[in-house]
Amino acid sequence: MAVSGLLFIAFVLMHMYGNLKAFGGHDSYNTYAEHLRTFGEPILPREGLLWILRLGLIVALIAHVASALALWHRAGTARSTKYVAKKNLGSSFSSRTMRWGGITLLLFVVWHLLHFTIVKINPAGGATNDPYNLLVDSFQEWWMTILYLVAMAALGLHLHHGTWSSLQTLGWTSSAAARTRAKVAGWVVAIVIAGGFSLVPLFVLFGVID
Amino acid sequence: MKVTLKIWRQPDAASPGAMHTYEVDKVSEDMSFLEMLDVLNEQLNAQGEDPVAFDSDCREGICGMCGLMINGQAHGPEVTTTCQLHMRSFKDGDEIVVEPWRSDAFPVLKDLVVDRGALDRIIQAGGFISVNTGSAPEAHSVPVPRDDAVRAFSAAACIGCGACVAACPNGSASLFLGAKITHLGELPQGQPERHSRVVDMVAQHDHEGFGGCTNIGECTAACPKEIPLDVISQLNRDLRTALVHGR
Repeated sequence: MAVSGLLFIAFVLMHMYGNLKAFGGHDSYNTYAEHLRTFGEPILPREGLLWILRLGLIVALIAHVASALALWHRAGTARSTKYVAKKNLGSSFSSRTMRWGGITLLLFVVWHLLHFTIVKINPAGGATNDPYNLLVDSFQEWWMTILYLVAMAALGLHLHHGTWSSLQTLGWTSSAAARTRAKVAGWVVAIVIAGGFSLVPLFVLFGVID
Repeated sequence: MKVTLKIWRQPDAASPGAMHTYEVDKVSEDMSFLEMLDVLNEQLNAQGEDPVAFDSDCREGICGMCGLMINGQAHGPEVTTTCQLHMRSFKDGDEIVVEPWRSDAFPVLKDLVVDRGALDRIIQAGGFISVNTGSAPEAHSVPVPRDDAVRAFSAAACIGCGACVAACPNGSASLFLGAKITHLGELPQGQPERHSRVVDMVAQHDHEGFGGCTNIGECTAACPKEIPLDVISQLNRDLRTALVHGR
């Protein structure tokens, strides 16, 4: 759970950084997208690196979901009789929403892949073969921007607890100071990544990127 | 003051239970929570009803025997054990919900009494230091760095009451486990069995049916001895080291 989660953090950090190329304009963004496909040539075939990363992410996803389901199942059997009254005192909202938030993110990832990679859906009805144009056309629709912002809120919550939790699970927070640092890291990762991702759709919607 | 109690009543482990409502009048704010339950039981005795069964022993907050879920909080609204909770933490007219620890690893024996033998079996699996019998060695022959001693002592404050399990949304006993691993692992005497201890205790913990830790933190908020979450990190670190070294 922790190891696959940290891989996902590394991935979303790079993905967020790549998206910011949209601020550089049409050519900057599309060159970046094309470069991802030619990276490592000629040792690697075209899209070679992309497929290595994709396979890694698929393995990490299977490990992450399998661990989550195992933990969820164990939690259910560990307390089959529920409390009549139960208060939450020491837990963050993000820690209590990891499971349903994770399902939300999984559904979002399916939609996101259909939207930009597998099917390529242009809500404006225009061309889909130009990554930058597809991006701009998509986020000029207000409902599409809202959908992505909701998903980024879910991602931010998941990262807030997930970052600290992974460091704790790997045994790197064995002092009060290390625990504080891990919790701060959770905030930083959540705000930088979810915030960074949200910039592009917002700036498209408000006409800065067009 | 007068309080209304909603208490889980269950005649024995095999029978189903239900919440029952009782009123207790003339409760002094100086009474402990358990003394208030004693007053209730005197009323019930006088009426010829079965008194409410609950665990208690030292009644001074050091033995770990008592433990009730009070208004959704393990040991109630103060950071202490149920026996050291006083009625001054409540007000006249309050409705108080009292339940046993809910964990399938802690079966309810009667009313509010649960069997916490699972924690004892985790200790038996490795929560000890093997020492040859004979005269005690000279204490100063094994120097213990001060910081290590402080951390070992604070982890050793765990009284095994089970509040961490009761409060955990996953029903995990990781805070208890972490406290024992940290307590023994910080001391020189705990080193020879350090790897096998963590592997065996975690295996027994999982075997007892406790849930897995997802680092939510309800345990440490409920702990009457304020055991910090970093003992769980220590547990994870020791387990990782033990597994890498082939235990």
